[in-house]
Order: sequence, then structure tokens, then C-alpha cells
Amino acid sequence: MKISYKEIIQALFALFLIILICVLINNISINLTRTGIGFSFNWLFRPASFALAEHPLPYSPSDSYAWALFMGWLNSLKVIIYSLLLATVIGVFIGLSRIGKNELLRVVSAGYITIIRQTPLLLQLMFWYFVAFLSLKETVLKPIGNLLSISNQGINFLGITLSAEFSSLLLGLSVFTSAYIAEVVRGGINSVDKGQWESFRSLGLNDFTGLYTIIIPQALPAILPGLTSQYLNLAKNSTLAIAVGYSDIYAINDTIINQTGRPIEGFIILLLSFLFLNLFISNGMEIINTMITSSKNN
Amino acid sequence: MLPIVKATNLTKSYAKGIRALDNISISVDPGEVLVVMGPSGSGKSTLIRTFNGLETFDSGQLNVLGIPLGSNHNEERKIRRIRKRVGMVFQQFNLFPHLSILENITLAPIKVQKKKRDEAEHEALVLLTQMGIESHAQKYPSQLSGGEQQRVAIARALALKPELLLFDEPTSALDPERVNEVLDAMRRLAEQGMSMVVVTHEVNFAKEVGDKVLFMDSGKVIETSTPDIFFLDAKHQRSRKFLNQIKKK
Repeated sequence: MKISYKEIIQALFALFLIILICVLINNISINLTRTGIGFSFNWLFRPASFALAEHPLPYSPSDSYAWALFMGWLNSLKVIIYSLLLATVIGVFIGLSRIGKNELLRVVSAGYITIIRQTPLLLQLMFWYFVAFLSLKETVLKPIGNLLSISNQGINFLGITLSAEFSSLLLGLSVFTSAYIAEVVRGGINSVDKGQWESFRSLGLNDFTGLYTIIIPQALPAILPGLTSQYLNLAKNSTLAIAVGYSDIYAINDTIINQTGRPIEGFIILLLSFLFLNLFISNGMEIINTMITSSKNN
Repeated sequence: MLPIVKATNLTKSYAKGIRALDNISISVDPGEVLVVMGPSGSGKSTLIRTFNGLETFDSGQLNVLGIPLGSNHNEERKIRRIRKRVGMVFQQFNLFPHLSILENITLAPIKVQKKKRDEAEHEALVLLTQMGIESHAQKYPSQLSGGEQQRVAIARALALKPELLLFDEPTSALDPERVNEVLDAMRRLAEQGMSMVVVTHEVNFAKEVGDKVLFMDSGKVIETSTPDIFFLDAKHQRSRKFLNQIKKK
């Protein structure tokens, strides 16, 4: 049998990868033996002995590390789900404004997309936390009477209280991601043949009705893959919560690693959490995608 | 009797000073079939697309079904009123690919005229029967041949019971053996007294069905004649040259 040049290259590359992984595992095991702490997850059930500002379920410092991590996981999930919804609403609105007939809305949305996309997310989060909320000091803004009040304690809307940390993370992630979603929406709508617009307009339909009965159903197959990757980015970007002091899974993990001195176990938990979360998001989107494409082709 | 379409000195320029429409004045009477001919780029499509507001114009007057349209661009409501009474058939059919044939036809009656679904579907089936394609009602556009799709497009345009039908090269995208089934459907509509403006290169259709032939070149109306005169003894040198060209094909 003749071995081709390509196969030799591939074999060498595989060998290189195997060596690299072996070296890494060797390093870890040498270091673990040297520090003498070994590899174990028993610490998970010891008391965390730190307080959490926000916890969706009852929590006290005497609860275990595992329970604290679970609170962090729920906090992450909460901010991701709300940001995902808000980012989608803002993004679709901006994306439609960008291609609409209203000159002012078009210019404003183009400016919004430019500014948001050209500045770092970390900076935007800092802006929301320190400039938008903490700088209010003693001031309480009540733009629509007692229904909504905004202060350095966060937002109170119809009796629902959101902390300043949660609010700034929610707004920061939503606004940042919405600019990208807007571009995905615009691209998808532009991918639909112009003849479809002329066709429904000729039938006397207004642009709004035509948009949701004719254009958006045809744009969705082009929008969904881009939307999925923006959702995944949002989930990963939520780890910047640590910058505004929101107790998400990453922030809590960080504290735990400091206390226990177990970075390897900590990072394994973190990696698996995000892997699980993002697989959940992308599979969910895949199901939606399949539903849409199969209903179209019947 | 008032004309259905009356255009006076319509002018439209694109950037670089190219005139798509150059001082065009025409009128279409009720029940009349006006055939618009001319080389590509002569402004035929632009002209009929101004009749239902798909194209704007820079100066002149246009009156469609008694509704005056100006050259300013803010006449959305008037244009919508016109579109509810004027049907349009496109070269590329432009059916809605994600809707069934029946849904394609009932969309406007349900959304625009607020008809009940049952009633709209019943009327759609009558139209599909007239077009000879009632057996395809539950299919999707991609499952039909070009000729069938164009007949669905005609049925869709008829669903709002229009007073005027505009055809923008309805057979140009079809296979040659599929052209006649569409032309026959159009011929039957003309026999029923439908007012029509048809942009086409089909000489036989123009001769048999047309009441008037409008010949355009470079955005200008070169000649308006009855088909007998236009095809046998065209007044204009430019028209005769064009007719010789299409005979060679």
C-alpha cells in the first residue's frame, strides 16, 4: 500500500496533538502531587461561608459550596434568559427601523448599531453600572409615576425589584447583543427577493402586514443561524458579570477557587456549566429551525 | 366615459440624466386592451409600474380610476386605494413560495377586504377553475410549472375583482410551449371586457387581442396605433425597424 504525502502530514499532526495532550496531563499531575492536595470534589459539600447578595432560592453562608454554585448557575440563567428576550425585542426593532421608510429612525438606528458595535462590552457594562445607576446617588427617577422608579438601588417596576448589578448587566448585555441581532435581522430581510415586496404591495397589503405574513417567514431561515450565534455569545459574555459585582456562576466560582485553592476542579465545573447551557441554547434553536424549514416545504 | 388611466406629460429621470419616461401622455378606456411594445430599456415596465405606484415619477399628472396621483412621494393612502382596484402580474410570477396556491390567492381578500376564509376560498377555487388549475389548490408554487404559476398569479390578481389588470411581460420567463396557456387565459379575460395594459413582445397576441399598440423607445412614445396599422403599415421608421428585428427571431 502506498502512503500519500497528505496521509503522512495528517499522521504527524495527530502525533503532535497526542504529545501535546500528554505533556499537559503530565504537568497537571506533577503539580497536583507537588502541592499535595490531589484531585477531588469532596470540598463541594463543605460550607461556603460567604454571603451572596442575590440568590433566587434560600441561601445562607452555612450552605455548601455546591449550593452556592447552584445559586450562581441560577443567577446566570436568569440574566441570560432576560437579556436574550430583551436583546431580541430591541434588535428586531432596530433591524426593522434600519430598513424602514422613516428617515429619522433609519439614521438613529444606524448610529446606534455603529456606536454599540465599535465599543467594548466591558466599557458598556461599566457605563451602565457606574454612570447610569451608581451616579444617581440619592436621586430617585420616576419617569412614569410610581410604576417605575430608578435609583442607585436598581430598578423597581410594578413592585418587582431588580438590583443595580442585575439591571446594569441586563441592559449592558441586551443593548450590546441587540446591535448584532439588528444586523442579522436586516441581512435576513434583505435576502428576500424584492419581487416579494412588490407583489404584496400590488395586492393592496400595507408594509406591516406584508412584513409579517410574507417577508419575515421567508427571512427566518437566513436569520436563525446568525441569531443562534448571537445568543451563544450573549451567554458567554454574561461572565463579565464579575465586573459589576453580580453573583453569576463565574463570579462565585472565582470566590470558591480563592477559598479552596482548587482551580482545576473549579474550572472543570465552569466549563461543563457553559457547555451544557450553550448546547441547550443551540439545540433549542435547531429545533425551531427544523420546525420552520419543514413547515415551509411540507 | 372617463378613461381608466390618464397620464399627462409623465417624466421620470434617473441619475446621470437618463430619462426613463420622457413626457408621456396616454389614456386607457374602460374595456380596452392596450399593448405596450418596445426594445428593452425603453421604459415600458417603468410606465405601467407608475400606474399602481410601484414607481414614482418626477413631473406630470397621472389619474388612475379617478384617483389623481402627483409626483410627490407621500401618497401612500391614495396608492393603496388604487392597488385594491388594480391587479398586477409580473414577469417572474412573484408567488409567495411559503404559502399554498389557495393561500396565495386568499391572502389579499382576507387581509385587505376582510372577507371570511370560507368565502375567500370558495371564490379562489372558482378563479382557479377558470384558469384550469383547480387541482393544484393545495400545492406550493415550487411544485408547479412556470405556465401554471403564472396562471395562479393571474388568479391572485383577479381575487380582488380589479377594474384594471397590468401585465409586465407575463410570458417572457416561460418555456416556449408554456406561453400559449397564459396568453389564452389573458385572451379570455379580454373577451369578458377586462381593461388591460400589457407589456409584451407577443406579436400575435397584440394583433388579436390588442385594441391599441403603444410603441416606446428611450422613454418616449414613438407611436400609438391600432394593431392593424402598427403591424402592417407602421407610421414611424423606428417602429418598422423594431418590427423587422423581432420578425427575425
